[in-house]
Amino acid sequence: MTSGLWELVLHGVWVTIQLLVLSSLLATAVSFVVGVARTHRLWIVRFLAGFYTEVFRGTSALVMIFWVFFVLPPAFGWQLVPLWAGTLALGLTYGAYGAEIVRGALAAVDPAQREGGIALSFTPWQRMKLILLPQAVPEMIPPFSNLLIELLKGTALVSIMGMGDLAFSGNLVRLALQESAEIYTYILLIYFVIAFLLTRSMRGLEKKLKAGVGKAPKKKTAAVRVPEGSGVS
Amino acid sequence: MKWDWSAVSDFMPYFWDGLLVTLQILVLGSLISFALGLVWALLMRVPTRWVTWPVGAVTEFVRNTPLLVQLFFLFYVLPEWGITFSALTTGVFAIGLHYSTYTMQVYRAGIEAVPVGQWEAATALNLPLRRTWTAVILPQAVRRVVPALGNYVISMLKDTPLLMAITVLEMLGEARLFSQQNFQFTEPLTVIGFAFIVISYLASLALRALERRLVH
Repeated sequence: MTSGLWELVLHGVWVTIQLLVLSSLLATAVSFVVGVARTHRLWIVRFLAGFYTEVFRGTSALVMIFWVFFVLPPAFGWQLVPLWAGTLALGLTYGAYGAEIVRGALAAVDPAQREGGIALSFTPWQRMKLILLPQAVPEMIPPFSNLLIELLKGTALVSIMGMGDLAFSGNLVRLALQESAEIYTYILLIYFVIAFLLTRSMRGLEKKLKAGVGKAPKKKTAAVRVPEGSGVS
Repeated sequence: MKWDWSAVSDFMPYFWDGLLVTLQILVLGSLISFALGLVWALLMRVPTRWVTWPVGAVTEFVRNTPLLVQLFFLFYVLPEWGITFSALTTGVFAIGLHYSTYTMQVYRAGIEAVPVGQWEAATALNLPLRRTWTAVILPQAVRRVVPALGNYVISMLKDTPLLMAITVLEMLGEARLFSQQNFQFTEPLTVIGFAFIVISYLASLALRALERRLVH
């Protein structure tokens, strides 16, 4: 491979990282808003939040990306820059999975903690901010770490729309060299390295957060994708 | 926003074709992932590092890299090595392989959840290793993991559109083809988006019912 082709791959890495950072920020925001809304005392808020998660978890991320790229522009008369369209589709989809994590972690906090907050006549917002979230957030880190890896894998989907991310640069190099084994091996390795770094830093974050509430992290966390059916996730 | 019902009815024949292919991928991919996942899980229990280390490394690698790039790899690299399959076969194999690295963890958890007394009883009865696995451990382990496996089938359903990238005409592929020929993007894409929601919702209801029956 020539240095020009490597530059192409590096640019792909940069686009993938940009997309990963932006869509994970959006997904985190969506997860917390929707996940907390699912514990709201008004049924309509709970219902809308539940409806959102069902719809966005029910459909495929790739179909969502197609929809944002092809249906939104004629329907609403504006077209997003590819980077933002990708961020929107990925952030909304993976945010729905994240919302389930938030809801599950909030439900797993010892009920006595919530009752303690009521006894001290905290407002619901104070209870959430001062009691529930500080205890629930460290528990969310391992499943969020798995979701982040899923999101990283999801960013490759935008290459189908012609966005120049890492997977797309692989296709360009394949066309240039007429040879695919080498470049795809490199691309897979780069994704693996990014995933490895992400898992490592999430583990460090978990350690730090757990130390903040006086707990030690579990020895080993199995990388299992968020369960989708029923039950506490 | 313009919604054209006639485009929907024009699209429907293609939709059914696509649905059939999607379900085909889903069923075959699930079978491959269930079988391969069990093989990985059993290999991880072989008591030498020479087996567990490579199997662990390979499955970790497959799990942490995008299915899309794996599809490209198999679709473009295998022919270079003189192995040619149809796009559908390649896609089914890739999706089955990818998800087997998830199902292996489900099986592992299921096997570990079998009470240790069962192992001891099998030893006490002097059962050979093969009988211990096939008659004692696996029947109990597999029963426990059916709901979790079902969740991965639903996840897999949502990854089937990726096969469009290697020219398989499943639901999204049909929708894209139809859109490009008729310049109507809204209707076909919305129809299949809706179809995905309906299918995965029905599947999760069925799964919940199954879970309830297995628990009691």
